[in-house]
Amino acid sequence: MLNLLWLVPFFPFLGFVLLVSTSGKMPKPWTTMIGAGSIGLAALTTALIAYEFLSQDMTSFQLHLWTWMEAGNFAPGFSLYLDGLALSMLFVITGVGFLIHIYASGYMYDDEDFPRFFTYTNLFVAAMVMLVLADNLVLLFLGWEGVGLCSFLLIGFWYKDPANGLAARKAFVVTRVGDTAFAIGLFLLYKHVGTLDIQEAMIKAKLLWTEDNATASLICALLLGGAVGKSAQLPLQTWLPDAMAGPTPVSALIHAATMVTAGVYLIARNHELFLLSPDMMYAVAVVGVLTLLMSGFTALTQSDLKRVLAYSTISQIGYMFLALGVGAWSSAIFHLMTHAFFKALLFLTAGTIILSLHHEQNIFKMGGLVKRLPLPCILFFIGCLGLIAVPPTSGFWSKEQILNATWESSTGGPLIWLGAVLGAFMTALYTTRMFCIVFLGPSNGDVHEPKGFKFVAPLVVLAFLALVGGVFVETAWQLPLSNVFPGGHAPHPPTVIVVIAIATPFLGIAISYLFYGKRVFSAEKFANSALMKPLKTFFDSGWAMDWFYDLLLVKPYQWLAKINKKDCVNLLPDASSAAAKILHAALSMTQNGQLRLYVGVMGTAALFVIFVVVFL
Amino acid sequence: MNTVIIDHALLLAAILFCIGLLGVLVRRNIILMLISMEVMLNATGLAFIAAGSYWGQADGQIMFIAVVTLGAAEVAVGLGLTLLLFKRYNSVDVDNLKQLRG
Repeated sequence: MLNLLWLVPFFPFLGFVLLVSTSGKMPKPWTTMIGAGSIGLAALTTALIAYEFLSQDMTSFQLHLWTWMEAGNFAPGFSLYLDGLALSMLFVITGVGFLIHIYASGYMYDDEDFPRFFTYTNLFVAAMVMLVLADNLVLLFLGWEGVGLCSFLLIGFWYKDPANGLAARKAFVVTRVGDTAFAIGLFLLYKHVGTLDIQEAMIKAKLLWTEDNATASLICALLLGGAVGKSAQLPLQTWLPDAMAGPTPVSALIHAATMVTAGVYLIARNHELFLLSPDMMYAVAVVGVLTLLMSGFTALTQSDLKRVLAYSTISQIGYMFLALGVGAWSSAIFHLMTHAFFKALLFLTAGTIILSLHHEQNIFKMGGLVKRLPLPCILFFIGCLGLIAVPPTSGFWSKEQILNATWESSTGGPLIWLGAVLGAFMTALYTTRMFCIVFLGPSNGDVHEPKGFKFVAPLVVLAFLALVGGVFVETAWQLPLSNVFPGGHAPHPPTVIVVIAIATPFLGIAISYLFYGKRVFSAEKFANSALMKPLKTFFDSGWAMDWFYDLLLVKPYQWLAKINKKDCVNLLPDASSAAAKILHAALSMTQNGQLRLYVGVMGTAALFVIFVVVFL
Repeated sequence: MNTVIIDHALLLAAILFCIGLLGVLVRRNIILMLISMEVMLNATGLAFIAAGSYWGQADGQIMFIAVVTLGAAEVAVGLGLTLLLFKRYNSVDVDNLKQLRG
């Protein structure tokens, strides 16, 4: 049974090949069958494999398919490696992915490019599964780039609007910065360790380097650069809010549940390397805590529903990075999983709301939806509870673990913990604000709720998981991660710390509700006061990061390109074009339509040929 | 004796050919150009006859008949073109065809 592991990436890839080779000529029901069915089969295979894997109590399973390329000692294989970490990721990708595909088959049904959508998403799932199952870093990099490509294609899915194409390009270019760092990290690792097989490289790295080795730290820093780009963390987070230009199921699948967590997976997969470098662990934690604070403040000022969710995604991935940084590896994966549940739920419900309001995304043009969209309201409420981490929803359990681990860890500490708790407070603030503005208050506009099984069933399943998934994992069924990550005692910080961490979100909810729900205080007045107004503008622009990058990189580059227009590199193409122009002018002069000239030329030429033949 | 004849005949053929070519080059009237071409054709015919007589073989005469046939066909096509040219431009000046640009 385990030998059928290759079917997990194969089914989505087959779906992709079928869809791409019929190029959208297939009837729509068939497209749905193939597009969503392939992911369903992959999910089913995952479940069967998981059953066998877990019932046999295996630590890892390796499946060598073929050797990819061979050059000297360097022979990365197309090999799959399954362990608890990969299995947990597979659950998220195929399980949540399948639910999102069912939803998308309803959401995208009226789109003229319906088959193209499933073509891309199937390729995405195949690449993501490849990334997770890769047994060496080269194959992992293949999946890594594959998901990047699909993200690009899907952000620019509605390419007829130039703004969407621009957002897609931005995402591609910004993540490329991280990917370059990642690639250099791989080269460096290969140079020193001599293999890119992950398990082997980890063992060799531990023998080769002692703690705090400079080279190990450098490689970790470069890998962190790749992770930061893909997972939209500081300082490369600017692409994710713009990525919301894509269809909403894409935002749920790629830019919330799966792809953006690839960076988390990368660090978790190479955790033994990171353990060699406490400094880099600390850097990961700092990146995480700064990102979650920054995006928390920004989410508070946004007016686009999907952008609020995008910033909250960045913030939640910040928590995962924090968990990785403080060495709470399994908590990071746990949070990844619960986040996938409640964030996919939030995005899909947001999709239903946006569709009901005829593609309106501005939260200030919503309002009063609680009566008009009761079911989405309940589902969105559950998602919000998970995001705020209200006990006993799934988000609570994972975030609680992270905060406790942060307090006790040597790479964490009280200061980082304080930042994370402040972030939790911000999360409660902006989530309650979003919920109050969208669902409470006066109604405006008419609604047209999309009905049907495809719009409800996936949401209900996700809501169920978002509610009880955490408590289930916490009490009954542990994630199979104990064999992957170094064990440690469960953190037990002082009770007062735990109480503060649990109570802070409630404080946030209360304050936010007074502002936006009950309207005891006026949020507008507060935001427009002399002190807050520039701050609001600053937060709203995402801490002016786009402006800063524009000033630091784009403008100087454009300036350089402008003054350097006529450099020596251009001489050769310029010369060839000039030569072509001159020759063209000379030859076109002979083609003047004068019949007698042609006769004369032919006669002269004949004479010349005869002269050459006879006398030379 | 024979050599004198062949030299003279070939010289005459060359002169005729050059006169014909010159006529094609300098004349703008398409009818006169056709006449000049006829002169050139006959110059080649003369050269064939002279060569055939020099080698004492019938090939030259056969080629001459071919050249005459060719000339007749060429004149038929040429006059047809002349008629079309005249219909279109109301003149027989070949430079009108410049407009074809090529």
